Amino acid sequence: MTRAASPSLTAGRATIPARTLRTDRWWQAPLITAVLLTLWVAYATVRVFTQRAYFVERYHYLSPFTSPCVTASCPSAARDLGTWLPHFPPFLPFGVLFLPFLLGFRVTCYYYRRAYYRAFWQSPPACAVAEPHGKYSGETRFPLIIQNLHRYFFGAAVLLSLVNTWDAIRAFQGKTGGIGLGLGTLIMVANVVLLWAYTVSCHSCRHIVGGRLRSFSRHPIRYRAWTFVSKLNAKHMQLAWTTLATLLITDGYIALVSAGVFGDLRIYN
Amino acid sequence: MAQGHFRVWRGNAEGGDLVDYDVEVNEGEVVLDVIHRLQATQAGDLAVRWNCKAGKCGSCSAEINGRPRLMCMTRMSVFAPGETVTVTPMRTFPVMKDLVTDVSYNYAKAQEVPAFAPPPGLAPGEYRMAQEDVARSQEFRKCIECFLCQNVCHVIRDHEENKQAYSGPRFLMRIAELDMHPLDSLDRKRSAQDDHGLGYCNITKCCTEVCPEGIKITDNGLIPLKERVVDRKFDPLGVLKQKLTRR
Ligand code: SF4
Ligand code: SF4
Ligand code: FES
Ligand code: FES
Repeated sequence: MTRAASPSLTAGRATIPARTLRTDRWWQAPLITAVLLTLWVAYATVRVFTQRAYFVERYHYLSPFTSPCVTASCPSAARDLGTWLPHFPPFLPFGVLFLPFLLGFRVTCYYYRRAYYRAFWQSPPACAVAEPHGKYSGETRFPLIIQNLHRYFFGAAVLLSLVNTWDAIRAFQGKTGGIGLGLGTLIMVANVVLLWAYTVSCHSCRHIVGGRLRSFSRHPIRYRAWTFVSKLNAKHMQLAWTTLATLLITDGYIALVSAGVFGDLRIYN
Repeated sequence: MAQGHFRVWRGNAEGGDLVDYDVEVNEGEVVLDVIHRLQATQAGDLAVRWNCKAGKCGSCSAEINGRPRLMCMTRMSVFAPGETVTVTPMRTFPVMKDLVTDVSYNYAKAQEVPAFAPPPGLAPGEYRMAQEDVARSQEFRKCIECFLCQNVCHVIRDHEENKQAYSGPRFLMRIAELDMHPLDSLDRKRSAQDDHGLGYCNITKCCTEVCPEGIKITDNGLIPLKERVVDRKFDPLGVLKQKLTRR
């Protein structure tokens, strides 16, 4: 391996040729991460490109993968924000308008960075396990230096969370018009609440609300906001995974109802 | 009383190897106790550095079954009965003898961080700060300088050549501590990136995983410092704001 050529072994260090002496199953966590992330991305890609069954008009359930729907290709009832663009050719999913921002938010997220640097780039695969690369420059150069713009994706994610909130409110539509409540509504509400929790627990958010201050005592309100975000921030990893799951469940449920596999479980109207 | 099977790295900068020992282990002991028994009974010249045996001096750092840990805080009861316990010196630093490494890299890096700089005209004894202003730094002050985080960090562990450019988690955390200090008058952001190599850290959190003091080095020190550097160096709006307010 490249390691043999690395000066690491010749810098007067103890001669221990093994890549690691760890005896636990250190490879398990990166493997699970890699499998789950790959499956999720595969599911999302298929859903975004097939562009089917993403809207249940009767109860106004719109999948978060396709929201906001602003091209003439969407059913008119789903275009709450208006029609900004004409028909898209069928090979071009209208998701391309907004998904890049969501994807960018997750790809530049400090937690996901840790996850994919470990699971895919093996840098390092686990602690005290040598990485397979001969050279390493981390996030000092292009392209990884772009990770530093995470806060802009955070801004975009806040706007999209507002749109998702609107979608969840619209999902309170009953079958005879007026107000209604179904399992789909509950799923959408749960999803949006968790999406907000994930978004607000972001490290850039923590910095913006108060982390960048030198003195908290002179900014009591921002200090309280920072304290609140810090508490959520400690759960950022858990929220990152939970929201991947809820996004999948929300989209999957809408897909199945929309395709007529089963009807929405209605609680009221 | 039971027999334990140990493999200990013996050697020096010229070379060395893992050596097997069968040694007595008693209930309630830690790895350092067993190493001391080895020294007393079978390997009188075994070199090991230690001081407090209470997890507070940061001297007894080593790698136990491949994991960076304090020998005095690793209980023998964490191993399965009959499990071989492998003890090696920290990999990232040059070995002096057996389990003792030369950690002077860390002292050199420590010296490169400018000391706390109070505002001009304020004498010691005149500092007034509120608790909430220093709470963040207090977490970092728990550091016992065991250098396990420095040892595990892949930036230098796997790439000796990065030692020049990179100060490691312990000292980047020190810079974060000072940059968050309400009375420190230096701006340390640019230098964190340019002189201490913060950009090399890819926030994979191994430093946090091994810290015996449980300091959230990455979440509370390095990531906030990265965000502060973005304000100063990468965020176009932040840079513009700086230019305008400096006039
Ligand atoms: S989080 Fe950064 S400093 Fe800590 S071990 Fe990983 S790369 Fe090194
Ligand atoms: S930060 Fe933790 S791991 Fe690093 S030197 Fe201090 S106590 Fe040791
Ligand atoms: S979303 Fe994870 S750190 Fe910003
Ligand atoms: S001997 Fe002091 S920390 Fe282990």
